[in-house]
Amino acid sequence: MRIFDPHIHMTSRTTDDYEAMYAAGVRALVEPSFWLGQPRTSPESFFDYFDSLLGWEPFRAAQYGIAHHCTVALNPKEANDPRCLPVLDALPRFLVKDNVVAVGEIGYDSMTPAEDTALAAQLQLAADHGLPALVHTPHRDKLTGMRRTIDVVRESALDPELVLLDHLNETTVKEAADSGCWLGFSIYPDTKMDEDRMVAVLKAHGTEKMLVNSAADWGKSDPLKTRRTADAMLAAGFTDDDVDQVLWRNPVAFYGRSGRLQLDAAAPGDLHEGNSILRGGE
Amino acid sequence: MTTPTREVLHDRLGDAARAWLDAALAEAGAAPGGATDDDTPTAPSSPPAWEQHFASAGRQCGQEHADAARVLLLREARADAPTLTRLYRQGTAAERRAVLLALPHLEPAPADGVPLVEDALRTNDTRLVAAAVGPYAAEHLDPHTWRHALLKCLFTGVPVDAAARLGQRAHGDAELARMLGDYAAERTAAGRPVPADLHRVLALTSRTEES
Ligand SMILES: [Zn+2]
Repeated sequence: MRIFDPHIHMTSRTTDDYEAMYAAGVRALVEPSFWLGQPRTSPESFFDYFDSLLGWEPFRAAQYGIAHHCTVALNPKEANDPRCLPVLDALPRFLVKDNVVAVGEIGYDSMTPAEDTALAAQLQLAADHGLPALVHTPHRDKLTGMRRTIDVVRESALDPELVLLDHLNETTVKEAADSGCWLGFSIYPDTKMDEDRMVAVLKAHGTEKMLVNSAADWGKSDPLKTRRTADAMLAAGFTDDDVDQVLWRNPVAFYGRSGRLQLDAAAPGDLHEGNSILRGGE
Repeated sequence: MTTPTREVLHDRLGDAARAWLDAALAEAGAAPGGATDDDTPTAPSSPPAWEQHFASAGRQCGQEHADAARVLLLREARADAPTLTRLYRQGTAAERRAVLLALPHLEPAPADGVPLVEDALRTNDTRLVAAAVGPYAAEHLDPHTWRHALLKCLFTGVPVDAAARLGQRAHGDAELARMLGDYAAERTAAGRPVPADLHRVLALTSRTEES
């Protein structure tokens, strides 16, 4: 089984996770830039973070045979802090990088005017750079937030075919599907979706344009939820081909619109003892 | 570590990539010095066209040819020290590696080039460490920094063959011999194997001519 996790924050995970993910079948992933838990106070903090998504993290992933790509953006939460806004002006120099396969994650957090501005500006940046956009739906007031998100996408220059709406659930999937966007579901231990509810959604709405991710980060989350969902799909009678479509071909098709996916790059690294990752910091 | 010439790379690329490379090199060649008016790392304006080609070389030529294409672009643009520094600082790991590989061709003054090598040697990314210990480092690193670079290769599993002019620099270096001996003793005390490369370098440090 080959798995592509289209949304996971490896910066917050350990090398044990990479090892376990490879063993579970994960061969490729996309790490969206996001909020780190602690608010940042200057654009330079973002630039160092983006550099790590384009440098250290892909190196780490490659040691474990996993192809690493990323998305960059100013996330909605920090778009509300004027100190972080200059990040928007610097995004173009990051959006031309080989490993950047989308603008993201963008969207709404508290649905403020500052978030309106950042979302519209970054959808335009995606259109300007020929990139898709990873747009998450808010945790609070989700249905209203998603409707407003879809309105902003419709008003933007970006084709809904190039938009992935993420963190969807039973209450938002129908309208999200009607918008023409790709549909992302985050499988989480306690919040968001779980694997059995996911299987029910797939039964009701089909496997087309459906993406499943672990969204694993620094919170209570599990980087193997993609595999657990695949297993639950098989147990519920879905075929190997259905699983391959949802867990591999759909994310490849969506992020492939960037023209920048390099999936042949993932070759198991040499895991000998002298390896710098296995040794940890010097 | 040597990168292929334009002719060699031409033969390895498909038609589309070859056409892209020729156009990109033409633009780079039209920007002598490679310098732009604005050298600040966070300049909001988009970079000149050839620098965008420098960034997109991986997806245009394929990962396996990206180093070669990027080094050719830097050479064709005759990238000066401010440009090399900016491209390194704003680069992905792959772009930084290309800047390091281009250093011996472009020969920026040590005051400009050595800090880039030292930055790469502080990382734990073996691709950067391997690119950092090339001919430019052999020429310009002071003895202390060079010894630590070599030790870092042994620590991180970078083959010491990546280090340019290894025999020449190691020859008669008693301090390097001591460091290698101490490292070997530390490995042995821990019950761990001593890297084969360590013995090779140790032999090179001997004052007597090795075979
Ligand atoms: Zn996320």
